Order: sequence, then C-alpha cells, then structure tokens
Amino acid sequence: MHTCSLVSICVLLGLVVRWGVSLNSYSGAGKPPMFGDYEAQRHWQEVTYNLPPQEWYFNTTENDLNYWGLDYPPLTAYHSLICAYVANSINPEWVELHKSRGYESPMHKLFMRATVLVADLMIFIPAVVLYCLYLTDGSSKKKVSTLFCFLLYPGLILIDYGHFQYNGVSLGFTLWGVLALGLGWDALGSVAFCLALNYKQMELYHALPFFCYLLGKSVKLGLMGLFLLMRIASTVLVTFALCWLPFLSGSGYAMQVVRRIFPVARGLFEVQCLTSSLSFLWCA
Amino acid sequence: YVTVMAAADSWSWFPALALGVSLLKCLFINAYHSTDFEVHRNWLAITHSLPVSRWYHENSSAWTLDYPPLFAWLELGLARAAQHFDSNMLRVENLNYVSQNTLLFQRLSVVFTDLLFIYAARECCRCVQEPKGPRDVLSRPSFVLAVLLLWNFGLLIVDRIFKNNHLKKTFTSCVCVCVRQHKHLQGALLFSVLLNLKHIYLYVAPAYGVYLLRSYCFTQDHSGGSVSWRSFRPLRLLALGSIVASVCALSFGPFIAMGQLPQVLSRLFPFKRGLCHAYWAPNAWALYNVLDKSLALLGVRLKLLEEAELPRASMTGGLVQEFQHSVLPSVTPSVTLVCTLLSILPALASIWRRPRGARGFLRCLLLCALGSFMFGWHVHEKAVLLAILPLSFLAVESREDAGIFLVLTTTGHYSLFPLLFTPAELPIKVFLMLMFTIYSFTALRKLHSGPVLRPLESAYLLGLGVVALACEAAFPLSPWRHKLPFLPLLATSVYCSVGVCYSFLRLYASLLRQEEKHKQL
Repeated sequence: MHTCSLVSICVLLGLVVRWGVSLNSYSGAGKPPMFGDYEAQRHWQEVTYNLPPQEWYFNTTENDLNYWGLDYPPLTAYHSLICAYVANSINPEWVELHKSRGYESPMHKLFMRATVLVADLMIFIPAVVLYCLYLTDGSSKKKVSTLFCFLLYPGLILIDYGHFQYNGVSLGFTLWGVLALGLGWDALGSVAFCLALNYKQMELYHALPFFCYLLGKSVKLGLMGLFLLMRIASTVLVTFALCWLPFLSGSGYAMQVVRRIFPVARGLFEVQCLTSSLSFLWCA
Repeated sequence: YVTVMAAADSWSWFPALALGVSLLKCLFINAYHSTDFEVHRNWLAITHSLPVSRWYHENSSAWTLDYPPLFAWLELGLARAAQHFDSNMLRVENLNYVSQNTLLFQRLSVVFTDLLFIYAARECCRCVQEPKGPRDVLSRPSFVLAVLLLWNFGLLIVDRIFKNNHLKKTFTSCVCVCVRQHKHLQGALLFSVLLNLKHIYLYVAPAYGVYLLRSYCFTQDHSGGSVSWRSFRPLRLLALGSIVASVCALSFGPFIAMGQLPQVLSRLFPFKRGLCHAYWAPNAWALYNVLDKSLALLGVRLKLLEEAELPRASMTGGLVQEFQHSVLPSVTPSVTLVCTLLSILPALASIWRRPRGARGFLRCLLLCALGSFMFGWHVHEKAVLLAILPLSFLAVESREDAGIFLVLTTTGHYSLFPLLFTPAELPIKVFLMLMFTIYSFTALRKLHSGPVLRPLESAYLLGLGVVALACEAAFPLSPWRHKLPFLPLLATSVYCSVGVCYSFLRLYASLLRQEEKHKQL
C-alpha cells in the first residue's frame, strides 16, 4: 500500500487514541483548593492575558505565586497568552482575573483538550512523521512501523492528554532540532532547540548532546568550523534574546524568571517538584 | 521449514487486528450513552422481576420491551448473572439506576459478545478465495476483509451508542459462513434464532428462505442450472421446517398459550411511529419527502396552494410523530410493504431460477436488506450496516462490487454522523471515518490493481466531503442556524439517499447482467 496512505492512517489512529484519552478526567478535577495541572495551565492563561509581562513572574497583589505561579520559561507563557486570547473570544469567564479560579465546565475542558491537540498537530506530529520518513533506515514498511510505535507511545499520551501538560511542544521542537541537524542545517537546528529549551527547562537534559555535537562538528572543520561556530552562537543568542525580550528591560526581571524556573530555594522533594519530576522521567 | 513458518504465521495478523480494535473500543467504553444503558437495565429488570405474562404489558418506563421473546429469554438468563453483580438494578422501579457494579456487568457482557463477533469474522476471512502466488500480508484479500469487518466505522459508531448490536453482526457473519460452507441445517437454525432475537431480520428472511428451499430441498439442477422438480426432497423440507418451527415455538410458545400474541406483535411492529424517524434515514422515502416539500413550496410560490392549508409540522422537527404529506399522496405502512416486496421480488426470482452458490445468495441477501432499507417503514439509518457487511465480502473478490461498496459504505457511514452530535465526539467520528475511508479506498484499489470508481462516483464522493464540511463546520457558524436548525440533517439525509439509491440500482444491474450472461452461455 502507498506509504502516504499508511502514514495518514497511523497519524489518524494516533489522533483518535489521543482524543479518546482526553475524554476522560484530568488531574485535580473537582479537587479544591489547588486542583491540579489543568488548573495551573488555565491560571497561566488568566495571568498572561490580564497582566503585563513584567508582572508574570513576580509576586504581586494581582499575581499570587503560591497559587500555581509560572515556573516555566517565557515561551510557555507566550503559548498560554495565545490560548488565552482564543479562550477570551469564546467565553471571557474562562480567563477573568481572580474570578475564574477553579473554573471547570465541559466546554472549558473541551477547549483545553483542543489546545493540546492543536499544539501536537502543529509541532509534534509533523516532526515525528518527517523524522520517521527521512531519518530512519530500512524499507518503507519499517519506517511506517516506527512511526506507528512513536505515535502510540503511551507515556506522552497519558501525560499530555490525561494528566494535562504540553510536553508535545517542547519534545516536538527538540525533534525538529534533531531533524535539522540530521539534514545538515545546523543553524536552524540550534534555533529549534533553543525554542524547546525556552519552552521547558527540562530540555536541559538534551542540551549537552546538542552542544557537544555542534562543537565537535565545528572543531573538525577547522577554519570553516570557526565560522560555523560563530553563526550558531549568534543564532542562539538572538533566539534567547527574542524570547526573553520583555524581561531584559531591567536586570531584576531576568533574575526573577531564572529564580522561578530553577527553584533551588525549595526542597528537593516538594509535591509540585515531584509531579514535574515524574513527567520529566516519562518524557526524557 | 520456510513453508511451515509461512503457514504458521499466516494468520498471526488477525489477533493483532482484533486486539487493536478491542483496545480502541475499551478506550471509549467510559463514555456510555445513558439511554441505551437504561434501556438494557430496564429490560433486565422487567424479565427478572415480573412474571412472563406481564413482560409485554409493562410500560412504567418509556423503554418498553420491543424485541421478540427469544431476546427476552436471553435477558432473563443475563439477569440471573446480573444478580451477582448488583441486584438493585433488577428492580423495575429503579429507573435510571446506575452503579459501579451495574456498569461493570454491562461492560463485561459487551466484551463477551464482541469476542463472538471476532470469531465469526475470522471464519468469514477463512472463506475468502486467495489468489495464487506469494503475497505480502497487507495486500491479501483476507487481511483486507478482516480490516473492513473488524474496523468498520459504522460498527464502531453504532457500538458506541447501541450496545445490544453485537448479536446482529455476529449472527450475520455466522450465517454467511454457514452458507459458504454448505452447512444448511446449522445455517437455518442460526437464522431462526437470529430472527427470534431481532425481528429486523424479517427483511432478509425471504432471501434465506428461498435460497434454502432451492439449494437444499432440490438436490439437482438441470444442465442449464434451472430447477429440476423431480429432485425435490420432501424430507429435507420437513427438516428445515421443523427447525424453524421449533425455534419459533420456543420463543413465542408461552405467549401464544397465554393469548398475548396480538400484544406482542403490536410491541414488535409499532406502526404508530411515522414513516421516517426524527432524522430521515437516507432511503427512497427521504427523497419522496423532499419532493413533497419542494412541490408544496413551489405550489405556494405559484399561488396554486393556500399556505394555510398545508400541515404545519416540520418533518425533521426532531420529534417522532405521524405526519401527512401535503402535495403527494401520504404513505401508509401497507404501501411500504408492497414497495419492499416489489423491490426484492426480482432478486428472489433470480436466486430461485439459478442459485449461484454462496456468492449468489450473498448478493440476494444484500439486495433484500437494501431493498427493505430503501422502502421500509420507520427505518433507522443503522440498518444500512445489514447491507454493508455482506458487501465487504463481495468487494474483496470482484472489482465491480468493490466500486459499489465504496459508494455505499462511504455514504452509509456518513449518514451515521448525526447519531453523534456532541462537540466532544466530533474529532472521533471525523478521524475514524477518515481512517476507514482512506484504508478502504487504497486497499481495494491495490487489491484490484487499478482504479475502482467511475469518475461520476468519485465526483459524488468528493461532493459528500463538501456537504460534510458545510454541515459540521460551516453551518454552526452561519446566521441560519436558528431559523432552519434541521437543514444540515436534511441535507445529509437527501445527499446520502442519492448515493444509496444509486448503489441499489447498480447492484440490481449487476445481478441482472449476470443472469443475461448465464442465458447466453
């Protein structure tokens, strides 16, 4: 059978399974006062929509960091902002400042699940399809089998569509990075990985291999390698700068963001840390 | 060693397919549709708690017992098992009773009946003729048939809603298998059991009856294939008759003894329900209704009719009710019966004159099912599956049937879309439908090495895609959704009936053409 149709069938099956899982409950459903990760994501939409970027990571009267304060890098915040705009156009009650805490309804659940599916469709799934078709060896049947296994990996499906998170985005960006490096496009690969890193700091686990590969490649090429290194370094700096732009206007902002992302002030095993660590394990 | 290995794992893909679809169904098992759950629970309660004489008189719940008595006996047996799970569900007064154990029991019964269907599907696949030469698994006819049966979109959707659907497809497949293997007596037994479980099989009973009579009771044919009256074996007729009669006696016996037969029949055939149900099944009557409505509108426009004289009720008003047609003559149950009989008569005649073995029978069965779907009274759109399943069998073996299959299946499956109407289910039905459609098109194309559809048919199916987009995506966002809320249902129903009618005519044409070919030989 035509590879194209087999690939589309695999993707559709992956989507059906994802949506099937998402019809079930999310973590923290109906459990005040803190609820769970679903409420955290909704709260971040509320915060990013109603407050200016400089206040997102600070403990102010409008933004209580003890109630699911933002603890992911800025790209997550921008993603939440985009979702919040859509949410507001459908039903402003979903992102009303303070009043929407603990908001739960079937339509809202549908909306939130849809955001995960859309993010997956735009970032993760195309990366997986291209990776399996172009960077794996073997017959087309083998490639399709790899794609099938990849798309039905239960860990990611359960965390993203059950528990409720957006790991597909960061993993997708990393995969785009791998894809680009595999095809020889080093600068683009670095951009992709920087975006992944700026989405979830968890991607630091994957940072060393990227760094070592690019450094090694540059060293091997001698003088051309030096130019390559300069190019990569500048793209990385520019990407980071663009992502952190709102927080570069004063030195205090950037440090506060770093303090939120790497909470070394907290204990090693705090409840939130534990659940995040579990998801790290699944996704890494 | 290699051939042994090849033979040993030649069917290893079947368990994988079966397990895959079962797991997929388990994933969706949580979101039960409560009305069907309640219907089933009510029937368990009625058969368990009430004496037999009250079964068909009980109407404290809206979901009265409207299947034949053998089904009621089956429910009684199930109720015995259900007692151990949760005896509270067996109290008739507990309307809408739900508990963990009740859910568990219902789910287990669903899983069990699914196993029966998987077994039946496997037997069906074994009967498929394999072409010579080594072939890669994915392009074998038996593999394609297995996917078309197990992963049938219509079955997945209807299973999600109507849980007592399993028996239907299981027995249909078993009957097909028996016919294929020439086990006529077992087939007769199975079919009478089936008929007494769900009277919807009355539609296809003539086909099976004529076939059995012709193939089993007349042991020899003349050289041209026509009937040889001298080879009639009365003993075989007696055997068949006694099997059917005994099953019916087992089922209806107690009720006839109590003189309740009219009450039972009135429950089984509720003619008060109206020609079409709330959403018109895509059959001939949908086209008739549309013609009537357009003529009425035209008449009002051209001042030939008074608007006040027209009945106000809207036919797709979402309610089940009787209504009158305004311009064309109203249709009564007897008219539908006559039309149905007329539509299936040529098929029966052809199978009488020249039974062409299992394949001929399947084609006749299919035509009877489709004929009754087209002209029946108060037809539900899921009845189209009765025609689609046998057609899958024919589609993997003949190119022409494959073309008809694609048209009928895609239209029939799309007409099931309105059954799942909540926004949460939209992705499921779209993804599953796309999956099944892509698979059936590409697999059948590969199997018959070349395009299977005619250009007109491809254009029609593309148009179906446009209608789908319009109804699911564009209409809910358009300004007309409040003024004409049932327009998408109407559009779906009418567009699909065109496709179904076309498939019906083409199937008949292929049947008659085979007759002609035979005559010339």
